[in-house]
Amino acid sequence: MGVEGIGARVTRKEDKRFLTGKGRYTDDMTVPGMKYAYFIRSPHAHAKIVNIDVSAAKSMPGVIDVLDGKELQADGIGNLICGWMIHSKDGSPMKMGAWRPLAIDTVRYVGDAVAIVVADTSGEARDAAEAVVIDYDVLPAVADVTAAMRAGAPQLHPEAPGNLIFDWQIGDPDAADRAIASAAHVTEIDIVNNRLSPNPMEPRATLGIYDSAEDHYTCYTTSQNPHVARLVMSAFYNVAPENKLRVIAPDVGGGFGSKIYIYPEEIVCLWASKKTNVPVKWTSDRTEAFLTDAHGRDHISKVRMAFDADHRITALKVDTIANLGAYMSLFSSAVPTYLYATLLSGQYAIPTIHANVRTVYTNTVPVDAYRGAGRPEATYLLERTIETAARELGLSPAELRRKNFIRSFPYQTPVIMNYDAGNYEASLDAAMQAADWNGFSARRANSEARGKKRGIGMSCYIEACGIAPSAAVGSLGAGVGLWESAEVRVNAVGTIEVLTGSHSHGQGHETTFAQLVAGRLGVPIESINIVHGDTDKVQMGMGTYGSRSGAVGMSAIVKALDKVEAKAKKIAAHLMEASEEDIVIENGELKVAGTDKAVPWFQVALASYTAHNLPSGMEPGLKETAFYDPSNFTFPAGCYIAEVEVDPETGETDIIQFVAADDFGNIINPLIVEGQVHGGLAQGIGQALLEAVHYDENGQLLTASFMDYAMPRADDLPSFKLSHQNTPCPSNPLGIKGCGEAGAIGSPPALINAITDAIGNNRLTMPATSMKVWQAIHAAH
Amino acid sequence: MTKVTLTVNGRTMSGECEDRTLLVHFIREKLGLTGTHVGCDTTQCGACVIHMDGRSVKSCSILAVQASGSTITTIEGLASQGELHPVQAAFKEHHGLQCGFCTPGMVMTAVDMINRHGGSLTEEKVRTELDGNICRCTGYHNIVKAILAADAEMASGRQAAE
Repeated sequence: MGVEGIGARVTRKEDKRFLTGKGRYTDDMTVPGMKYAYFIRSPHAHAKIVNIDVSAAKSMPGVIDVLDGKELQADGIGNLICGWMIHSKDGSPMKMGAWRPLAIDTVRYVGDAVAIVVADTSGEARDAAEAVVIDYDVLPAVADVTAAMRAGAPQLHPEAPGNLIFDWQIGDPDAADRAIASAAHVTEIDIVNNRLSPNPMEPRATLGIYDSAEDHYTCYTTSQNPHVARLVMSAFYNVAPENKLRVIAPDVGGGFGSKIYIYPEEIVCLWASKKTNVPVKWTSDRTEAFLTDAHGRDHISKVRMAFDADHRITALKVDTIANLGAYMSLFSSAVPTYLYATLLSGQYAIPTIHANVRTVYTNTVPVDAYRGAGRPEATYLLERTIETAARELGLSPAELRRKNFIRSFPYQTPVIMNYDAGNYEASLDAAMQAADWNGFSARRANSEARGKKRGIGMSCYIEACGIAPSAAVGSLGAGVGLWESAEVRVNAVGTIEVLTGSHSHGQGHETTFAQLVAGRLGVPIESINIVHGDTDKVQMGMGTYGSRSGAVGMSAIVKALDKVEAKAKKIAAHLMEASEEDIVIENGELKVAGTDKAVPWFQVALASYTAHNLPSGMEPGLKETAFYDPSNFTFPAGCYIAEVEVDPETGETDIIQFVAADDFGNIINPLIVEGQVHGGLAQGIGQALLEAVHYDENGQLLTASFMDYAMPRADDLPSFKLSHQNTPCPSNPLGIKGCGEAGAIGSPPALINAITDAIGNNRLTMPATSMKVWQAIHAAH
Repeated sequence: MTKVTLTVNGRTMSGECEDRTLLVHFIREKLGLTGTHVGCDTTQCGACVIHMDGRSVKSCSILAVQASGSTITTIEGLASQGELHPVQAAFKEHHGLQCGFCTPGMVMTAVDMINRHGGSLTEEKVRTELDGNICRCTGYHNIVKAILAADAEMASGRQAAE
């Protein structure tokens, strides 16, 4: 640890450009001859396309061309795919319906892309789109997942009878049934996890540039994983071979999962650039973002948790239905299965778990990973259930949790995961102390005296991050490996570039990754640059999601640094005529341990490039590459406590305090980790109190703007109280677990547990709006 | 097409635009100042906040032709001679930004807030005043902290000058 090394509270290197308007996002990019695209989208949730007439639009001012799906298909551009194969419990593969980048015969959700206009200005493109005449034969639509499963429901894809994509299970159903039948107590609860729109503040955008002389494509895009975008666009969508396709994700204004996927627009703009021979830029407006960015969550579940007479959990049985929308998005199948049901053991020793998950098509935008992805759904279900059980059993919520905590590691759950380290009680104790849990009853009495209802609730979450061991996820159906790559490039003057396959879209990698190198070599942080987000610069990478960039991305840098240091030591030993084993690297120098002999770092770098005096047979240069494939998931965990005061007259909830006690393993930069928790908490509190996507029964999206979809604002939230109880992760060299999603995973049940505690009615669904809370108060009396 | 002339960050700048062009698009596309961002289409998010004749304005809520003749400060014009404005410095010091997309609007709003309430800001007041700016990354915790710190710093600067 040093001033700028691991553990230091370093302010961010990247901040100055963002603070002075010098950030460079995709929509900021302009190239000579660039034109603007506008996508014509279906206004219907379900319809046959009878005819598309573009003749009037083509003669509108400024219009370069109007292109449709038949032309796209004729040029051999492929359909979008889901990259994670799930098999139903009968052994049949998931039922993937065709998703064309531009619909040809059928549209399946409001916003489904049908055609593209390319024009001189964005205004002209939009005007011309109005002149495109599309005849639709409107079909019955279904937006609600329960309705979609009923007999006679509108059918979305011929491949998927009954709209069922797969019917999957994990665990032993019979053992769970037996344990429930012989239980001393069974808690039963229905759980709804509300559908959300991710809403990074930067809307999606893409700039497709085709170079006819080189037969080469460049794609600027708002992506969390540009290499995966290139791979998929090349291997599956047939846009171009990988060596003829450069994907650049420059500054990206937040992702939260929604920018993992390859959407139709990148593909279509690249293709349209070749068709029209001009660079084509498209920028989503916010309404389009609500209509077309992959949504998150949207589960309904039935839960039974069984206890013995000593209040130990003996079994958990879960039946979940997950809405995947109109098409299977890139990782949509993994979210309600291996990212969800494998976390249903939570922090508890549960001998038997069975989960059944059915996924269903509806006439809504595709659903995929959103911050937490499956783990918030598991945590909300589990933590509401155990809280309910504590109330039923007359136990304090902390006591019931303590009774069931896993206390020795490694711990093998019945649902695949092998927890490597943790100390759940430490976080529970810290959170209760920070929240002054013992003083709550006095505070509640004070609220009652003022006519208010006060409640307190907790949530003990666990998540699996550092996704993931490639062989393990491959055996579970993943189409890709989930390692990460790094290249450490030492320049001749000793400055350093680190090229990483991780992608920063707010996480601060330019600082934390540089801290790792600065700490190892003792060189100034200013001498280190982090390069990411460009397939022409970085060899290959899997990108950033699932809180993986610290645990996996930085581990790859560690491996590359190990190689660089080993070579540098050989050179230094040669220069100082010392033994390689005696060389240590400290404060920017390579020293012979126990002597005053030293050469500065830059001199070793220079020697490697002049190559005038290297050890015999050594190659010139100082640059090393590494790929790191994790040996296990990592398991961040913690305890969150919310205390609320509810006004019974209005149903309004005031968050009095929110406490987060987290175990993230070793921390690189506390400033940045705290920021990640704050942001996650805001999204989780948003889910619990404010946010919900609503479609009407015809599949029209009712929440398609910030005036209809309640984003958390500054005056909706309190300041947060954070602490860390870290147990280093034994599964990676830096002991990192990851911190990006915890806040969003752990917070919703803490809040709902607090509100239901305050109002004395457990029947409450998210978002707990004032109206719902008011109704729940009055239903209780 | 109409000619629009503005004084932007101390320089007179002109450009032709359609009558329907919003000020934010004029600033971004005609003047090439891309620090001002567009995060929504309903004047809710505040990513486009600039200063027009000394007051904060959502530049998506006004036509470029309406703004003609006015004096504009964008995020690019806030720092002077490479020195960050105290609000910019406080955002960096307190990690008041992550992805950076809402940041220009947040900073311009914060400067205006301090101009109007300088020295008397409280956490509650800052949170209320930030109602027109949405951030999805920070949970506002460190933005509020940064604005309060900048307010205190600027107030002590004013006292020292008096």
